[in-house]
Amino acid sequence: MNAVFYILAALTLAGGLATVLLKHLVHCALAVTVAFAGLALLFLQLDAQFAGFAQILVYIGAVAILIVFAILLTRGSELPKGGVFSSTWLVGLAIAAGVFAVLGWAVLQSVRAVPQQNAVPVVTVHDIGNALMGRYVLPLEIVALLLTAATIGAVIVAMHEKERQP
Amino acid sequence: MTPLATPLAGYLLVAALLFAIGLAGALTRRNAIMVLIGIELMLNAANLNLIAFWRFGPHPEALTGMMFAIFSIAVAAAEAAVGLGLVIAIYRHTNTTELDKINRMKG
Amino acid sequence: MQGAISFHPDSALSAIAQILWLIPAAPIVASGLIAMLKQPRRKAAATLAIGSLAFSLLLSLIAFGHVLSGWAHGAVVREVVNFTWFHFGSAHVDLGWVLDPLAAIMLVMVSFVGLLIFIYSVGYMAHDENFTRFFCFMSLFAGAMLGVVISNSLLLLFMFWEIVGLTSYLLIGFWYQKPSAAAAAKKAFITTRVGDIFFFLGIVWLFSQTGTLVLYKGGGGAIEPAALARLLSQHAGLGLSAAGAIGLLIFAGAVGKSGQLPLHVWLPDAMEGPTPVSALIHAATMVAAGVFLVTRMYPLMQIGAHPGGTTVALTVVTWVGASTAVFAALIAVAQNDIKRILAYSTISQLGYMMAGLGLGGVAVGMFHLITHAFFKSLLFLGAGSVIHGCHEEQDIRRMGGLKVDMPLTFITYAFGMLALCGFPLFFSGFWSKDGILEAAQHWDVSKAPLVMLVVGALLTAFYMTRQVCYVFFGYWRGQKVAHESPKVMTLPLVILAFFAMALGLIGTPAWPWFHAFLENRGVKFNLHGFAEPGLGLLMLASSLVVFLGLGIGWWLYGNKSPEPEEPDALEKSAPWLWAGLRDRLYVDELYGVTVIAFYAWWARVADWLDRRVWGGIVAAVAWLFGLWAQLNRLLDVYWVDGGFDKTCEELSSSGGLLARVESGRVQNYLRILAAAVVALAAVLLWSSRP
Repeated sequence: MNAVFYILAALTLAGGLATVLLKHLVHCALAVTVAFAGLALLFLQLDAQFAGFAQILVYIGAVAILIVFAILLTRGSELPKGGVFSSTWLVGLAIAAGVFAVLGWAVLQSVRAVPQQNAVPVVTVHDIGNALMGRYVLPLEIVALLLTAATIGAVIVAMHEKERQP
Repeated sequence: MTPLATPLAGYLLVAALLFAIGLAGALTRRNAIMVLIGIELMLNAANLNLIAFWRFGPHPEALTGMMFAIFSIAVAAAEAAVGLGLVIAIYRHTNTTELDKINRMKG
Repeated sequence: MQGAISFHPDSALSAIAQILWLIPAAPIVASGLIAMLKQPRRKAAATLAIGSLAFSLLLSLIAFGHVLSGWAHGAVVREVVNFTWFHFGSAHVDLGWVLDPLAAIMLVMVSFVGLLIFIYSVGYMAHDENFTRFFCFMSLFAGAMLGVVISNSLLLLFMFWEIVGLTSYLLIGFWYQKPSAAAAAKKAFITTRVGDIFFFLGIVWLFSQTGTLVLYKGGGGAIEPAALARLLSQHAGLGLSAAGAIGLLIFAGAVGKSGQLPLHVWLPDAMEGPTPVSALIHAATMVAAGVFLVTRMYPLMQIGAHPGGTTVALTVVTWVGASTAVFAALIAVAQNDIKRILAYSTISQLGYMMAGLGLGGVAVGMFHLITHAFFKSLLFLGAGSVIHGCHEEQDIRRMGGLKVDMPLTFITYAFGMLALCGFPLFFSGFWSKDGILEAAQHWDVSKAPLVMLVVGALLTAFYMTRQVCYVFFGYWRGQKVAHESPKVMTLPLVILAFFAMALGLIGTPAWPWFHAFLENRGVKFNLHGFAEPGLGLLMLASSLVVFLGLGIGWWLYGNKSPEPEEPDALEKSAPWLWAGLRDRLYVDELYGVTVIAFYAWWARVADWLDRRVWGGIVAAVAWLFGLWAQLNRLLDVYWVDGGFDKTCEELSSSGGLLARVESGRVQNYLRILAAAVVALAAVLLWSSRP
């Protein structure tokens, strides 16, 4: 475990915490971008370069922007009166803590059973391209269809409704 | 902090913590967009899990973990788009994004 | 008695015996038909009634002729038709009718006298608006009386007896709007009912001892020798055999119906009914039914008598009859209503008939019954004619001199009066009454009845003379002018007057045809019949008594006509005696303070019991029920309903609770999902730990 991992982990987690705890929605959006960035760096550290750059491109480049747009369009910059946390935030926190507890427990319990290898994998983009067109061509097409449907759907859902004639 | 047995455990724990944080955000914030952000965080944590397992697993050259993660990213992006579009549509109807107030499905 | 075989020309019932049931049936059917007619249809009602009774008379004459021819041939005629009415268990109840001399004579008398009275009623009731109802009831009565006469079963006789009583009630209370008439009808019914209770007890006892109520049944009947022997052998206490006791009970029924001494109180009040009713029912027929009953049951009452002697039952009959004869005659002396005098006279004469039965046997009593039927109905119809002619006046002190205004009525009335008094030789009453006196003379038990009956004869002559003097002699004391009655009313009077004289001929000692006919023996005209020892003396003595009575009456009342307000001639001399006699010797008052007072007290007790005790119990039960109902209601409301309501509430609230799960809030759903996943994962991990 090297120090880079710890720093990157801290960065990601801080970004995540900040997302959840900040009041102003735009600040939250920026914080989540930091979290995304941290994750991308973690991917890079894990020698998953393609995944890391894909993360940067898609998440930071598209999803975060989309979130900001959505915040803008729904006037998220106005702070609600009753506070940003729901009245039963403790229950939610407890459940989240429970989830972490279970996951942590699972990890710690099974860590010895997982085979480990420390060799650095050599994966080229060429290999990824081959895989996409070969082995994973069906998921690829389905995801393409999904993306098309999502795009069309998002457009229709968010479109202004025509004024109905009485 | 106790030294972890393997590097994988560390990544997994980070992913778990990030997941829990994202879940906490989805469960406790009032704004609908915050819930979607929380969901994105959760998905990201899952992606981290996948890549970690790919890196430290027996056959990294099979690309399974990486492919899974890439597809996950793609789907998450599509889902974010649709979800945010829905939030905007709901905002237009009810003029609010507070989840407590959007309970038309009550009962 | 000659020959014990019933008269069978060819060992089968004669035709007339088989259709004998038509005789009572015709008037009853006519009554039913008249009941369905509307009031204005008078002609139809009268035609139906008279026609049916004429038909019955025709059949009765045929029956009489048949029995007569049988008697002439020297046979004992008793034709019986019995049939079973219903079975119960192993026993069965039989009914039937009988045709014998007694029945034949009674049939002719009842239908003939009845027919004449019906014809008379057409004129008498002409102004009455309930003409049809009158003839309906009269027809029913005639049919029932004829039924009594031919019954061969005590049960059937009792049923017709009751119908006779019913029609008597209906006819006495014919003008029911008059309170006195309604009260008289009730009194008649209740008083005869007292007698009927004893009668019924006698019937039940007889049935239990002999197992049958049929009188003649070819040897097995209730008054045939076998049954009588059995009854005689049983002892009933008080020194009586069962036969005697039953006989006395049955006689009690006759006492009620025939107005003998303790139960005579209804007959004078029964004069509230129309005069034809008084004539038919309370002179000729219904009251004679009691005498007829004793005659029918004579074998029962006579069994056990030593030859030449008598039984306890017959002795009682004699004493009751004789006492009634004198008692009623005394009261008749002081009455002022023309019909009441005749009513008491009827009671007295019925006493004579009963005494005759007890003293001398069936024929003696029955002969007087037949002659009495004719002259008494004649007297009543004559009285009705007088009342009609005097414009509904009934008080004799307001009449007088009617021999000039109503001559035909006067002559026929005189005939009847002389027959009743027993005027010697020419009138039937003399012969029939003398028969009774002769039997009294030969009675061994005591000579007191003879004395009582002679005194009664004297009083009879006296009060009848008084009545005739008041009504027909002297001068008119009424308001309007009197007039003679129409022919439809006077013609029956003439016919009856003829018979009042002629009937005497069939019962003289020289030719006692009546007695022979009834007792089934031969008879020849023989003037030596008069030569019986003591008979001539008796005839002379009774004639003297009659003349004495007539004389005293004429001397006291004669042509004088005292004003209504003046006291009577006798009253002046013995006012307290007169008062007692006029007030009917206080018998009604006696009943008032004893029987009626007791009954009123009993009714009060019963009322108190009913209201307080039974009513209290009923109220208590009702209150308990109310309580129970309240309890039920409470249970229902709080427990059942409450339970149900509570359940529904719980369901509803739990439904509400459950519905809260569907909050519509996405975050809650998410939380629950997460929690569920945590739980699931925990379970999995826990189960797979090494």
